[in-house]
Amino acid sequence: MCRPQVVAAYPISPQTHIVEALSDLVRTGELAQCEYLTVESEFAAMSACIGASAVGARAYTASASQGLLFMAEAVFNASGLGLPIVMTVANRAIGAPINIWNDHSDAMALRDAGWIQLYAADVQEATDLHLQAFVVAERTSLPVMVCMDGFVLTHAVEEVDLPEQEQVDAFVPPFVPQQLLDPDDPVTIGAMVGPEAFTEVRYLMQQRMDTAIGTVAEVAHDFREAFGRSSGGLVRGYRLEDADTVLVTLGSVAGAATEVVDELREQGIAAGTLTLTCFRPWPDEAVREALAGARRVVVLERAFSVGRGSIVGQDVRDSLHDLPVTVVEAVGGLGGRPVRRSDVRRLVEGVAADLLPTGRLHFLDLDHALLASAGVR
Amino acid sequence: MTSTRETRLYQVGTFAAGNRLLDLEDRSVQAHPDRTNAITSGHRACRGCGEALGARFVLDAAVRAAGGDLVTANATGCLEVFSTPYPESSWQVPWLHSLFGNAPAVASGMAAGLRAQGRATRVVGQAGDGGTVDIGFGCLSGMFERNDDVLFVCYDNQGYMNTGVQRSGATPPAARTATTSTAGDVPGNPFGQGKSAPLIAMAHEIPYVATATVADLRDLEDKVTRAMEHHGARYLHVLVPCPLGWAADPSDTVRLARLATESGLFPLFEAEHGEVTGVTPIRHRVPVDDYLRLQGRYAHLFGEPGRPDLVARLQAGADRNIARFGLLEEGGDRP
Amino acid sequence: MTTHRDHPFAITLDVGSSRANHTGAWRTERPVYVDLRPPCAEGCPAGEDVRGWLRDAEDGDAGPTNGYELAWRRIMEVNPFPAVMGRICYHPCETSCNRATLDESVGINAVERFLGDEAIRSGWTPEVHAEPSGKHVLVVGSGPAGLSAAYHLVRRGHRVTVVEAAPQPGGMMRYGIPTYRLPRDVLDAEIDRILALGVELRLEHPVTDLEAELEDGYDAAFLAVGAQLGKRAYLPAGSAARVVDAVQMLHGVEEGELPLLGRRVAVYGGGNTAMDAARTARRLGAEDAIVVYRRTRDRMPAHPSEVEEAEAEGVRFTWLSTITQVEEGGLTIERMELDETGFPQPTGEVEHLDADSVVLALGQETDLGFLSRVPGLELRDGVLVVDDDLMTGRPGLFAGGDMVPAVRSATVGIGHGRRAAASIDAWLRSSSADAAPGPAEATYDRLHTWYYTDASRAHRPSLEAVRRSSTFDEVVQGFDRGTALYEARRCLSCGTCFSCDNCFGMCPDNAVIKTDDPDTPYVIDLDYCKGCGICAAECPAGAITMEPEEI
Ligand SMILES: Cc1cc2nc3c(=O)[nH]c(=O)nc-3n(C[C@H](O)[C@H](O)[C@H](O)COP(=O)(O)OP(=O)(O)OC[C@H]3O[C@@H](n4cnc5c(N)ncnc54)[C@H](O)[C@@H]3O)c2cc1C
Ligand SMILES: Cc1ncc(C[n+]2csc(CCOP(=O)(O)OP(=O)(O)O)c2C)c(N)n1
Ligand code: SF4
Ligand code: SF4
Ligand SMILES: [Mg+2]
Repeated sequence: MCRPQVVAAYPISPQTHIVEALSDLVRTGELAQCEYLTVESEFAAMSACIGASAVGARAYTASASQGLLFMAEAVFNASGLGLPIVMTVANRAIGAPINIWNDHSDAMALRDAGWIQLYAADVQEATDLHLQAFVVAERTSLPVMVCMDGFVLTHAVEEVDLPEQEQVDAFVPPFVPQQLLDPDDPVTIGAMVGPEAFTEVRYLMQQRMDTAIGTVAEVAHDFREAFGRSSGGLVRGYRLEDADTVLVTLGSVAGAATEVVDELREQGIAAGTLTLTCFRPWPDEAVREALAGARRVVVLERAFSVGRGSIVGQDVRDSLHDLPVTVVEAVGGLGGRPVRRSDVRRLVEGVAADLLPTGRLHFLDLDHALLASAGVR
Repeated sequence: MTSTRETRLYQVGTFAAGNRLLDLEDRSVQAHPDRTNAITSGHRACRGCGEALGARFVLDAAVRAAGGDLVTANATGCLEVFSTPYPESSWQVPWLHSLFGNAPAVASGMAAGLRAQGRATRVVGQAGDGGTVDIGFGCLSGMFERNDDVLFVCYDNQGYMNTGVQRSGATPPAARTATTSTAGDVPGNPFGQGKSAPLIAMAHEIPYVATATVADLRDLEDKVTRAMEHHGARYLHVLVPCPLGWAADPSDTVRLARLATESGLFPLFEAEHGEVTGVTPIRHRVPVDDYLRLQGRYAHLFGEPGRPDLVARLQAGADRNIARFGLLEEGGDRP
Repeated sequence: MTTHRDHPFAITLDVGSSRANHTGAWRTERPVYVDLRPPCAEGCPAGEDVRGWLRDAEDGDAGPTNGYELAWRRIMEVNPFPAVMGRICYHPCETSCNRATLDESVGINAVERFLGDEAIRSGWTPEVHAEPSGKHVLVVGSGPAGLSAAYHLVRRGHRVTVVEAAPQPGGMMRYGIPTYRLPRDVLDAEIDRILALGVELRLEHPVTDLEAELEDGYDAAFLAVGAQLGKRAYLPAGSAARVVDAVQMLHGVEEGELPLLGRRVAVYGGGNTAMDAARTARRLGAEDAIVVYRRTRDRMPAHPSEVEEAEAEGVRFTWLSTITQVEEGGLTIERMELDETGFPQPTGEVEHLDADSVVLALGQETDLGFLSRVPGLELRDGVLVVDDDLMTGRPGLFAGGDMVPAVRSATVGIGHGRRAAASIDAWLRSSSADAAPGPAEATYDRLHTWYYTDASRAHRPSLEAVRRSSTFDEVVQGFDRGTALYEARRCLSCGTCFSCDNCFGMCPDNAVIKTDDPDTPYVIDLDYCKGCGICAAECPAGAITMEPEEI
């Protein structure tokens, strides 16, 4: 729909059907003026996108997990070169142990790769985010990952409102590259930069990311104008007005989170939830604004930094550092473990009752019996 | 083109860059005052760098063949480093450096991107031997196998020069590098290792594969031109002596490349769709000694007591090439 | 450094911006174009700029300027006899030619002949620009030395009178060298061209007393009387034995007096004169012409080409033999053997050889009788001693050619004529001839011959054998245009740039700039030259040297 001109992808569950479908679309001509490259690796996929983007073609790929790590070097390179590539990440756990099911370890491992990371809460948003991603990427000259939970969203069969092609064309204008390999006006892209200017290059990257916060919001706004549907953006709050305890999530847990909030409200607990759509760049102000009224915040995420703890939780705590808010860190849904509503409700209840200490990582539904059977206490 | 018969009349018409007696268009691209100088002055390559020379030879010829409509991808390595240290670039053609191991894939992406836009712009990928035969080999093979419309050029200086002369899969036997020292029974790079990227390229049955050196400019340019006449995946493997890594005199760069072919150690041939279609015959055969002795990386083979046994093994390798490719068959001069 | 529009900072750069980085600062040696002396010119006794005129000739006559004419004019700067020398010169230039080491020497002589003939066909004439000097110079003898001196003196603005004993000018070119090697129309054409410049020639004017001759008011004189007297060896001979002198015989043939030699002719001697005598004898009807020589073939002074041609015409040879007696119908010869020094020693073994006549070709001597009254001269071994300027002991009196100590050849004579003219000119103008030290020699090891296309030497066609032993038609034919061009282009241009573009093409730093000036086709861009030396190493002609940079 967004008229990518080059798709280079390598199959990996749970992304395979995207690859397969795109390849079909190209073959049948439904996706016109598009080249589909059946590359030999994810590293090549991202590399080919780099080449394609540099010659002014809109480039797209999709990957997950091991594939994402396999292409890691090129992922950093794409952002360093300022190439507006869009990549779907069908979030999946990273092995060993090998596991094809959903969590966020893969995208989180590339948190610092200089890419914009957008997380979809549901299938409709996943669709919408792709449209927005191309616009954001090309407006900022930064690459964008659209993260959608593997199987949960990638394989969900839901009714989706697919926009008309004309609407999409109006929303996603043709790609006008900021830099281009053009024989009529040649440039050198990818110079070697030494200590004398490397800091400045990185500084400018940070600046660009900062600016991108505005762009992400702006594009979501434009999207609502164009399609009459609210989708994407930086963060989305639910029943935050007078919320005392706020559950912060990203990705598909958002659905469960709102339901849990409704249940807790009925129980008289002043709960609310905040869904992070944009994780990189970190929407500091939006987070702060949304959570400023809360007394307790619990961050539930599908990945963690082994040896440290919460990844998103740290960012949230940073944003609130001078406010009287306690931040509890929790992890759940690893390697495809379903995030049950009951577990979430228990978590928020516990936080609301100040039963869960801060400063340590809480595992949502640790199977103690299983650990015991493995001889672990 | 003037017929070769006529060209033969000139002192050096066939083998030097040009000759005042030849019309400009019958001289090499390098003899043309308006050549592109795809990589221009001010680059920071070592004195007498064969890679700097080879890159200009190849790209200028490719630019001419493409009518100026060409973009390039470049792997990490000496060529990239000496040509583009901020704030100066030596390139005069559109050029992109991404990573060490992905130049072939970047080039594939370029070709796809250009085709998708309906542009006829040609794509040349380039890398050192490390970026080609080692770390970039997966991408290269993929590019070959998909028959992507890319001319990929390997500038083979037989080692990882940029990182301080370590061994690569293209380092020849007995050569000393920083990771194949002269200690031990068989000093230098072991015999029986390494690979021939051109032969592997041929196994992909791609439209065109050729080897060339900086010593035979006419041959090299002919091959670039022929490569550019084809579409699909093409591979050119160019021997580019490195004075630093080979511990040789900078003025010997071209001489060494010539001796490498005249000894049979580096056969010049071309192949289409997996079949050898031509070899460049040796003009004046020399023993491998003539080539080896000019290079410090083989110094341990000579002197007292020296290793005549290893020199003999290298000679045997050269002899094998000569027999295998029929490098002496046509003998003498070029037709 | 300029930054391009809104490109990403530092990562994306403007093309060609590295030219701001002057890598010339790295240099410790710089390449310098040189112009070395080529061995061919070094070898040419006439002093021709062989490489220079071959280069002109390489252009052929297809272009806007006629390269052949330029080449011819360049030869004419030093040698007024290209067509003659293109036939009879022993071409020591070719002997020293570097290309001989690669495959075969360049056929310099054949190209010269082509150019000489082309000039005669086209009626090209040399130009004289000098102002008349008012000086009058006497030249005695109209051989190659005398005529060469006359030519150069006239061109320097002097009035020249040549006096000649014989009825026709040319010296040994006419009265020695047979017509099958030098057709007389060619000789006449080149002599006439010299005379047409205003040289006064008095034929049948033998000088018997030079001092008396000089009283006619000459400012200087050049003697070139050659060596006209055949050397005699003492041979016990019967009264009936026919013994003739080779020089006299050849002279006679030129004048139409055919000697009676009989069917079997023995020629005694091993030089070029002997070859000419034997070959002439064959043409005069001798069924058997046999050369008797005391040493071996490889030690014969005759030029190998002459020996080959003689053999091809049926001349036979007996090596290591001396004639001890001549009698009716034959001779007695004694076998010789060479001692360690290569000198022939008699063995005492004798043989009989049938012969109706014996032609003596044992060399010539100079008749210096006409100089008896001249004071201050020094003679040595029968020739006149001269200094480096070819001046004799008498001021203003110069000499050259066969009559002074030197190799005896027409080419040497021509060279003497030119040098003497320069000396005389300087002497008349009371200045000294300039003698700047020349550059180093372009030796073979300086060349990078890999670049040269293999091109085997072209050879001049010869008259078919039957006509060679029966007629005086010219034996060796000339090159056609294509072959002449081909052969000229075989020149390696030793030691000087010939615009092959190699330095321009091979510099890894693009530090060689190509100019539009044919005299300095390339200049080094010292801003970028790192001094790697590839240009010097890869110059096919060895025309670049690396010189240390003053630091
Ligand atoms: C048979 C033969 C073949 C030769 N072949 C070759 C050859 O192939 N190539 C080569 O390079 N050389 C050859 N030579 C040698 C060459 O001819 C001589 O070295 C050359 O001619 C010498 O030139 P010159 O001017 O000193 O004397 P000459 O050519 O001998 O000319 C001297 C002239 O002075 C005249 N003269 C003499 N005395 C007087 C006087 N008192 N008054 C006035 N005039 C006088 C003579 O008549 C004569 O014309 C050959 C020589 C001979 C004899
Ligand atoms: C992934 C990765 N590994 C290692 C390096 C370090 N590295 C940079 S260039 C190079 C060697 C280059 O060798 P080659 O491709 O032969 O080029 P050369 O410098 O010899 O011309 C290496 C090992 C790198 N840049 N990236
Ligand atoms: S190390 Fe070798 S390849 Fe690298 S710049 Fe120097 S000479 Fe060239
Ligand atoms: S090759 Fe040419 S320049 Fe060299 S010696 Fe021979 S004629 Fe002279
Ligand atoms: Mg290398």
